[in-house]
Amino acid sequence: MNSTYLSHNNIISSLGFESETVVDKISKEISGLQLVDDPKIVDRPFYSSMIPADALQEAFTKLDIQERHTRLEKMMLVSLDKTLSTSGLELTDRVGLIISTTKGNIDVLDSESSFPKERAYLSELAQRLKNHFRFKTEPLVLSNACVSGILAIAVAKRLIHQDKFDHVFVVAGDLVTKFIISGFNAFQALSEEPCRPYCKTRSGINIGEVAASVLVTKDKNVLVPESVEILGEASCNDANHISGPSRTGEGLYRSVTKALEQTRLSHKNIDYISAHGTATMFNDEMESIAFNRAGLGEIPLNSLKGYFGHTLGASGLLETIIGMHALHRNTLFASKGFRELGVSEPLKIIQQTTSKEIHTFLKTASGFGGSNTAAVFRKIQFI
Amino acid sequence: MNKNNHIKSYCHINEGIVSLNGKAVYENISPDFASFIKSAYHHFETDYSKFFKMDNLSKLAFMAAEVLLQEKSSPEQERNMAIVLSNRASSLDTDRKYQESIADENNFYPSPAVFVYTLPNICIGEISIRHKLHSENSFFIFDAFNADYIKEYSDSLLDTEKADEVLCGWVDFDEGRYEAFLYIVSHQGSHLHTKEEITRLYLT
Repeated sequence: MNSTYLSHNNIISSLGFESETVVDKISKEISGLQLVDDPKIVDRPFYSSMIPADALQEAFTKLDIQERHTRLEKMMLVSLDKTLSTSGLELTDRVGLIISTTKGNIDVLDSESSFPKERAYLSELAQRLKNHFRFKTEPLVLSNACVSGILAIAVAKRLIHQDKFDHVFVVAGDLVTKFIISGFNAFQALSEEPCRPYCKTRSGINIGEVAASVLVTKDKNVLVPESVEILGEASCNDANHISGPSRTGEGLYRSVTKALEQTRLSHKNIDYISAHGTATMFNDEMESIAFNRAGLGEIPLNSLKGYFGHTLGASGLLETIIGMHALHRNTLFASKGFRELGVSEPLKIIQQTTSKEIHTFLKTASGFGGSNTAAVFRKIQFI
Repeated sequence: MNKNNHIKSYCHINEGIVSLNGKAVYENISPDFASFIKSAYHHFETDYSKFFKMDNLSKLAFMAAEVLLQEKSSPEQERNMAIVLSNRASSLDTDRKYQESIADENNFYPSPAVFVYTLPNICIGEISIRHKLHSENSFFIFDAFNADYIKEYSDSLLDTEKADEVLCGWVDFDEGRYEAFLYIVSHQGSHLHTKEEITRLYLT
């Protein structure tokens, strides 16, 4: 089977509007989480990483688009524009577009929105992106809860293997809205402080927002220095509960095992795990069980939620892009917010950002609906 | 690449009719979805109390899967059946309901039991729990039923042996209108798994 790679990439976030800038900040352990006081979202201050409206508007203005666009559309347009233009690829009938989002333009349902409610249909969002960039193929929207961002990479790879496309652009994004915050608040899942994945003192999640994009390709001629090869990927459902993680970590364990089988690597060949780590009691505990069942308790691991919060349908893609840069820089980034292990099974949490030669990483995500996805990546050896 | 995948069976649910492989197996011209789907639930002698907690989209997908998966697999042998569903309206029916619960500061009652259904893939989770499927799953959104992508994607799951069968199709609920077209693809079956055949069965 031919190889598939991740190449040109971009992150639009509170830490910057280029992947390099964002990764520079992470390497200095700078978090994008801040106390936000916006009564229109929730009646008390909450920690989040939100994209500054003025910086987004400035970047969007440079695209010279006449039509009015929603906040999420602007984020996705700016991110995809950067990835597309640096790739220099011509958009033929061999180039696909996948959009990963859980809620899309959900804010237009609010009576204060000046956009028509029809804008909430995800195909509307997809058509706008298609039309602006003049994609020749029909966009595919993936909405599979919090595994969407990483599953979108797997879907892109699978469509390339089916010879449907040679290249696929994946763009992911979700917003911090009253809809989302009130929902997680109703679940009593929100932390009152910056989140602490896997820590004894963890008290829940923060929700953040980013847009991210990447080129998935089979063409070795369009790679970048931080490119990685997708070695294996798998998704398995817990078949247990629609909102609670499995106590045995069944779906995550199976996803990791199947993804590893596909790579033909031993679990000892994994240099780093970029885990989901939302900092809820049940999620982090479930992960510790699943990783230990898979024999991965000794592999250096972090959650990047302490830098961005949980960015929902974008998180898997965002964290994969940062993983690409971690391999390229041979750096293990600290799992921000962590102090003392607070899960029942051992995990080797990265406590300080350290230089180390690393070649492979495992990315995992888990979400509502019992969904779990795992993918293994290896950096390209340029000769 | 294996080009010999087949459609084993298919189910439609719309306008008060449930049909299996093109033949109506239940009809009830109820004016609304809630009473229709409840009567279908009883007609098929479904015994699953969680059904009544589900939102409309999940009830619709769940019943279509019930009709297709009536022969239960033996408990010793786990069935590796992937689930690939798609629709137009995502979870908007429940999104609108949830939005109503947070629109008015003086009548603010967000419920976790409603919020959890504001994701389209929850219906896949419900089917997975019911049929104990620890399998691949994805939910796609299209402007209209897209036989091409669903075919390519389910073929890829079968051809790479990620699944032995795929339960796939369309399940949409929007403004009281509902439409389900689910089918099972595997290596054997009565219909060729081609874009043309999927489209023909969809329109049956």
